Amino acid sequence: MSATLEMAASVAIDDVSVRFRSKRAEVTAIQQVSLDVAPGEFVSIVGPSGCGKSTLLKLVSGLLKPSSGTVTLLGSEVRGPRHDIGFVFQRAALLEWRSARRNILLQAEMRGMNSAEAARRADELIEMTGLSGFENALPHELSGGMQQRVALCRALLHQPRVLLMDEPFGALDALTREQMNVELHRVWRETGTTVLLVTHSIAESVYLANRVIVLTQRPAVVHEVIEVDLPGVRDYTATMARPEFASATARIRDLLGAATGQE
Amino acid sequence: MDKVRTDPWRGLVERSWRPAALLAACLAVWHLITATGLVEAYLVPSPAKTFGLLADKWSYLWGHTWVTTYETVLGFVIAGVLGVLVAVAMVYSRTVESTAYPILLFAQVIPKIAIAPLFVVWLGFGFEPKVVVAVLMAFFPVVISTVTGLKSVDTEMLELAATMGGGPVKTFVKIRFPAALPHLFAGLKVAVTLAVTGAVVGEFVGSNEGLGYVILQANGNMDTPMLFAGLIVISVVGVLLFLLLDLAEKLLLPWHASRRGAAVTTLLAKG
Ligand SMILES: Nc1ncnc2c1ncn2[C@@H]1O[C@H](COP(=O)(O)OP(=O)(O)OP(=O)(O)O)[C@@H](O)[C@H]1O
Ligand SMILES: [Mg+2]
Repeated sequence: MSATLEMAASVAIDDVSVRFRSKRAEVTAIQQVSLDVAPGEFVSIVGPSGCGKSTLLKLVSGLLKPSSGTVTLLGSEVRGPRHDIGFVFQRAALLEWRSARRNILLQAEMRGMNSAEAARRADELIEMTGLSGFENALPHELSGGMQQRVALCRALLHQPRVLLMDEPFGALDALTREQMNVELHRVWRETGTTVLLVTHSIAESVYLANRVIVLTQRPAVVHEVIEVDLPGVRDYTATMARPEFASATARIRDLLGAATGQE
Repeated sequence: MDKVRTDPWRGLVERSWRPAALLAACLAVWHLITATGLVEAYLVPSPAKTFGLLADKWSYLWGHTWVTTYETVLGFVIAGVLGVLVAVAMVYSRTVESTAYPILLFAQVIPKIAIAPLFVVWLGFGFEPKVVVAVLMAFFPVVISTVTGLKSVDTEMLELAATMGGGPVKTFVKIRFPAALPHLFAGLKVAVTLAVTGAVVGEFVGSNEGLGYVILQANGNMDTPMLFAGLIVISVVGVLLFLLLDLAEKLLLPWHASRRGAAVTTLLAKG
């Protein structure tokens, strides 16, 4: 049974540990973490600062090799940087000499995608994320929220089956962040992409996800997995008011408090 | 996003009236020093005499100016191309970096005027030794600025590129090199002024043409007006080459210039 489950999983993290060796000391960032993410699932990852959340995403993308254990992405083991994902970092990381549109198209150029097809898709994404009218603006002419939308479009251009997001909305104000959450949720429903989202916002983690993974202080182990029992289509304010939402956020807050309290 | 758009000519006037006023003030002081007899005329010629000579001997000076400019530009271009290539090699290979760095530093620290005679011995009295000295002078800032620029690229951007799978060449062409251009241009601007010095130093050591030669001749003849005229022409050549690069930078990197412009406007608005 576990074999079939693993076959089915989009992302399978199996007993993975990561140790960083620096001049002064050896740091264990992640210790024997296992996690399966089903195709089309939205999984949020929360945990205390410095516990190893970014490290986890880098493992899945192949930007970092595990010290032990294996990571399997879309049925094949991750051995080096993977191209079948989309990645969004906390900072938008845009090329400042390229317009919003050409920043999105960088993805296509790097991959050698058909340019007409890519252009059509870019326009679609620009429309979908409400960037219309700002296609030709340079990054420094865009607000933080818009820059982050450009980064999201870039990560979605090649229609990856897995989307990795590392605190993508951390730098945004509360209101823009809510709007982005609603947008991301809609994009996720429309595209059926598997999403792994690292976030510091408990509300965001619950609102968006099917499951929330709570990690402990470093070395990170999976503290608890919270199943989010909310409807597929989520109106923002109404969702916030639901008892399931309240109980899930309260539980996570408890766990994070306990996780920090152990220190 | 509202941009502050000013009429380009008004902008030019606004930017240049202060330096122009300072230049005029310097000329006035120069004139006063000579007119009041504070300094003997054979030591410092009057501005009128110097500029008169410039006008009279224009065709003579023009030929030499052309020679020096040619040596400078050739030296600068060679230094630019070599400098960028060496910098790229250094950034992509630890071995090259650790091997080349001490040699580069050593070459930079040697006083060029001290090795220039050697190049004359090796290469003769033609333009070649001058170009070599110009290259040597201009090379170092190009390498240092390009290395800094190439290393200044955001690591997240490079990680992102790795997930896009374009390979090292595309990553270099589309991300790394463009990102290094502002640094590169800063280095090129320093380099071009040093290339002028290099060419003139080369001419000092052994030459029968060029502005360095003109100055040396004038010095030997105690012809201070000609010496001053030579100095002025050299400075003008250097300044023009510098401005040419500045213009190229503005045209090639409008994103950089506009960002810098925006920052300057905010600063001015605050002050
Ligand atoms: N390249 C590295 N070398 C050494 N130690 C590292 C390296 N990268 C991360 N670490 C360490 O591993 C731990 C986990 O880092 P990571 O960036 O994954 O944390 P995080 O959970 O994303 O934190 P935050 O929420 O603050 O972003 C940290 O203690 C960090 O110091
Ligand atoms: Mg992090």
